[in-house]
Amino acid sequence: MKINVKVNGTAHSHDVEPRTLLVHYLRDTLRLTGTHVGCDTSGCGACTIHLDGKAVKSCTLLAVQADGCEVTTIEGLATNGNLHPLQEGFHQEHGLQCGFCTPGMIMTAADLLKHNPKPSEAEIRHALEGNICRCTGYHNIVKSIQYASEKM
Amino acid sequence: MIPSSFTYQKVKSVEEAIAALKESDSKILAGGHSLIPTMKLRLNSPAKLIDIGGISALKGIKESGSEIVIGAATTHAEIASSKVIQGKLNLFAQTASAIGDIQVRNRGTIGGSLAHADPAADWPAAVLAADATIAVQGAKGSRKIKASEFFQGLFTTALQEGEVITAVHVPVFSGKSVYMKFPQPASRYAIVGCAVVKHSDGKISIAYTGVSSNAFRDGAAEKAISGKKIDAGSAEVASKAAAEGMHIMSDHYASEKYRKHLAKVYLKRALLAVA
Ligand SMILES: Cc1cc2nc3c(=O)[nH]c(=O)nc-3n(C[C@H](O)[C@H](O)[C@H](O)COP(=O)(O)OP(=O)(O)OC[C@H]3O[C@@H](n4cnc5c(N)ncnc54)[C@H](O)[C@@H]3O)c2cc1C
Ligand code: FES
Ligand code: FES
Repeated sequence: MKINVKVNGTAHSHDVEPRTLLVHYLRDTLRLTGTHVGCDTSGCGACTIHLDGKAVKSCTLLAVQADGCEVTTIEGLATNGNLHPLQEGFHQEHGLQCGFCTPGMIMTAADLLKHNPKPSEAEIRHALEGNICRCTGYHNIVKSIQYASEKM
Repeated sequence: MIPSSFTYQKVKSVEEAIAALKESDSKILAGGHSLIPTMKLRLNSPAKLIDIGGISALKGIKESGSEIVIGAATTHAEIASSKVIQGKLNLFAQTASAIGDIQVRNRGTIGGSLAHADPAADWPAAVLAADATIAVQGAKGSRKIKASEFFQGLFTTALQEGEVITAVHVPVFSGKSVYMKFPQPASRYAIVGCAVVKHSDGKISIAYTGVSSNAFRDGAAEKAISGKKIDAGSAEVASKAAAEGMHIMSDHYASEKYRKHLAKVYLKRALLAVA
């Protein structure tokens, strides 16, 4: 099936099988490998991207469902080579260890800050319920998001 | 994991969806957040998916007389953030925001959740406690099913083959309401979820999800609290009747005994919250 998707501002058109998951379209066809796959059960959030501005798990969407939509991945967050405040926050506050969960954490946090620019610590932790990190214990992730919230 | 192959049709109207459902082994795709995970694990391999995500008539929330009508393809996030729902049907705002996580709420729909009828889903408790009706349409026409007649067993509903849920009709009530759940820590599905509505005339409705193979209204607990002023004493008495006579689920998250205990604890908390 033919799909047309705008990814990080660039229009793409491809033939995909209906069963192709959006995450595989992004990683394997477009070679945008910043979006990760961490589970088979829709539970880890490593694959989080924005679909028409909303955080979604790209492992639980078919590429055909994104036809006509705008997608933003972690690669599309920086502008003109300047890191997004969230990317800077994760750097400054040591919000990652292995980094596997980081793209998903940042995309979920970006959705949160859009709706709630000054979240409390409890609101940040609640917003991250769909993102699992096996390394950090979350503490520095929360600090990284607070850093971005202050800068934005 | 990748699902086995299927064909895909995006439909523009409910009529088109009903016509497409006549093809054998075809299934509706709404938010896909129950269906796609099972297809990835190959627990489900439909030959065809009919995507209703583009039918605008199935989306949105409107007030119609003494009812609020929620389109079947409205997402949990849209319901949670709706001003109409927050102002007039807070039980539904509360339930919607208790589902899964942000990403799940951005895709999953109320119609999909009701049709799927997961024993641990949140919506069934809210629609039961609010005396909602579920509007469905099929090749033979439209009908409305009372929430109390909709959930019939494990993943089993009154929906017949070829029928599509179009909307949920909720009578606006005055009074207090609450939805409380003990979530499974990873998925956030309800191990026990309890919805309570205290109508302004004093009538109390109690519904559970997560406890048995399908969500249910707890008539025995309703009777135990009916006509009484809610306080710690009467809530304690009512909680003794909670889920009495029901078959209680037991799984690796919670044993039968623990679930029943949780059902009592959550009823007490919910009753005191609407006191
Ligand atoms: C990680 C994760 C966590 C979750 N946590 C929770 C939770 O805490 N609480 C909770 O309640 N749910 C939870 N869910 C489930 C989520 O709410 C689903 O979105 C919902 O149960 C199904 O809605 P859907 O629109 O995604 O339906 P789909 O997955 O598209 O469809 C589900 C089933 O319903 C049928 N169907 C869909 N729409 C219609 C319709 N209009 N008419 C007739 N049949 C229809 C489909 O054919 C399919 O059989 C979770 C899901 C995930 C992936
Ligand atoms: S890969 Fe784990 S939720 Fe998508
Ligand atoms: S930094 Fe390793 S999983 Fe989060």
